[in-house]
Amino acid sequence: MGKVVLVTGVARQLGGRFVRRIQRDPDVDRVVAVDAVPPEHHLGGADFIRTDIRQPTIARVLAETAADTVVHLDVTATALGSGNRATVKETNVIGTMQLLGACQKSPTVRRLVVKSSTNVYGSAPRDPAVFSETTPPKSLPSGGFAKDTVEVEGYVRGFARRRPDVAVCVLRLANILGPNADSPLASYFSLPVLPTVFGYDPRLQFAHEDDVIEVLRIASHEPRRGTLNSGTFNIAGDGVLLLSQCSRRLGRPTVPLLLPAVTWAGSLVRTLGMTDFSPEQIRLLTHGRVVDTTQMRETLGFQPKYTTAETFAEFARSRGPGLLPPEALAGAVDRIAALPVAGGGHPPTQSAN
Amino acid sequence: MADAKVIPFDDDRSRGSAVQRPPRRGRSGGSRRPGGEPARVHEVGEVQPLPSRTRAQDDVPVPHEEQRPDEPAQQPPLDEGGLEKRIASGLAFLRRRLTGDYEVDDFGYDAELTDHVLMSLLRPVYENYFRVDVKGVENIPSEGGALIVANHSGTLPLDGLMMQVAVHDHHPAGRHLRLLAADLVFVLPVVNELARKLGHTLACAEDAERLLSQGELVGVMPEGFKGIGKPFSERYKLQRFGRGGFVSTALRQGTPIIPCSIVGAEEIYPMLGNSKTLARLLGFPYFPLTPTFPWLGPLGAIPLPTKWTIQFGEPIPTDGYPPEAAEDPMLMFNLTDQVREQIQHTLYKLLVQRRSVFF
Repeated sequence: MGKVVLVTGVARQLGGRFVRRIQRDPDVDRVVAVDAVPPEHHLGGADFIRTDIRQPTIARVLAETAADTVVHLDVTATALGSGNRATVKETNVIGTMQLLGACQKSPTVRRLVVKSSTNVYGSAPRDPAVFSETTPPKSLPSGGFAKDTVEVEGYVRGFARRRPDVAVCVLRLANILGPNADSPLASYFSLPVLPTVFGYDPRLQFAHEDDVIEVLRIASHEPRRGTLNSGTFNIAGDGVLLLSQCSRRLGRPTVPLLLPAVTWAGSLVRTLGMTDFSPEQIRLLTHGRVVDTTQMRETLGFQPKYTTAETFAEFARSRGPGLLPPEALAGAVDRIAALPVAGGGHPPTQSAN
Repeated sequence: MADAKVIPFDDDRSRGSAVQRPPRRGRSGGSRRPGGEPARVHEVGEVQPLPSRTRAQDDVPVPHEEQRPDEPAQQPPLDEGGLEKRIASGLAFLRRRLTGDYEVDDFGYDAELTDHVLMSLLRPVYENYFRVDVKGVENIPSEGGALIVANHSGTLPLDGLMMQVAVHDHHPAGRHLRLLAADLVFVLPVVNELARKLGHTLACAEDAERLLSQGELVGVMPEGFKGIGKPFSERYKLQRFGRGGFVSTALRQGTPIIPCSIVGAEEIYPMLGNSKTLARLLGFPYFPLTPTFPWLGPLGAIPLPTKWTIQFGEPIPTDGYPPEAAEDPMLMFNLTDQVREQIQHTLYKLLVQRRSVFF
């Protein structure tokens, strides 16, 4: 009685890593990896089926492979390679609808795991400081990836209602960072100079790639004793980092810009197609977002290995030093401290301190 | 005239005055018999109020008594290379700030920055400009959650900041007050950043409950914009206390409610008029017209140097109620009224005691 796991969105780093990881689990017999484009990375011997989840063929794939666990990772903010926002949106929303329709017809599906994002909460000054799974957002995201996730979650809820026999787990992931992460925030932090919004210092939370893989694995297996892995869960590392802290720890200087200027520049850059600096990204970097992870700990029984600060340190190490490396600044301060002038004739005591 | 005003409060405080006397006698080493009995009674019932009232009776000296022993303790290191140590610690601080090596909590509260920088910026205003007198700090528990409910006034929310300094500087356990602020604060640039770093958060039930359940000291001004933006003619008249949400929050968490009365903030910007057109244009709830603002420009925005008194009242316990009490609107209104009355009475009492607005 082996398990057959169908994973969508395997052409991405996260999907690829998850497929490789879950294949090593003893109770998994077969992993079916699905994406519209062939992945550049190897999938560790998983069966790759090239199919677009926006097409009804996904139902046939599901029926032929008799998958009992579906892990839907093809809900993403950015296009892979070439592809514009419209394609991404279609894959997110129409793809999810097709996949859920296929799952609803399939008699074998027992478990559905959907990757969502804490973007569903939006980011507004009138929101409570910490979002729990039940907090309704004050202002619904008006567009972009955030709206996609809200719609995807809506369809998933509908599916859960129609197929109560299927265990449905929605994982709202905080911004994923790590050595290999290709999230929009990771590319933002790779800029040599970080544009920020003047007068705002947002609180940010990160989830480490390794932790994300682990929590996806927990969600796609039978729940351990004393835990429950169906429902909606916020996933984030412990603690909070301010954007100013992030830039200092990265050693990248910031350029504070007025909010209208940032919005304007963002839309300009977007039209030119240089980077995906979306409006919700700007809102996140203005007001920030922190989620409550009590449910993740107590109900799902998952303890992240990395805190937010550790995740960021790991990411900073992988990116190399910026223009103002923190070590150099610390060294400069230490040199000032070692100057005998400031002490007024007591240099030995000072160096001792 | 003063007599006429004072009498009702004496009635109100009759319980209090009965308790105040005995411990004072006990302290001076006099006969124990008259003082012993009431003291014992209160030891059974309410343990905390006993020492608090004796000190409250002494009024001002509380902060002074606490400060005096501190001063000599701080002075010796100043003599033997205190400057060096200060420079060293300053540089260590600078080093931590520049490398981002400090911690903030989920609400964005930056304890280090607040203690070392922001508080030292507020302290001169607190000590030298408004010369704040603090009474009844011992009513604030030294640990565990508590909700401080205060009156709100003064056009700009300086009273909240001063209350924060008062708790931080005078409470023996050095507790931090986490204020609940209006959403306007978190819309404005710079202001929202500073507010978050000072440990303030949005005035909503979720945030308040989360802070209280973490055992924090939460400060709330339920009058909101109605209180802070009321005309000068209505000074020291408490406005409606919102919808009493703070009471149900405290009831749900079982934390005591500490009424707090602030005298002096009403006169810092005497609001004679309110330009509704300008307010609507700028998106503010009100636009004050004072004798100096906006006529003198930025100069007019300097507050008048009034003399302030902040009195923390006796805690109102909420842990004796059943869990469903938070859903009982009747009880909620009663408790809201009780808190409101207590603040209003203390305000009148402090006003009678006040010699002048400025001294």
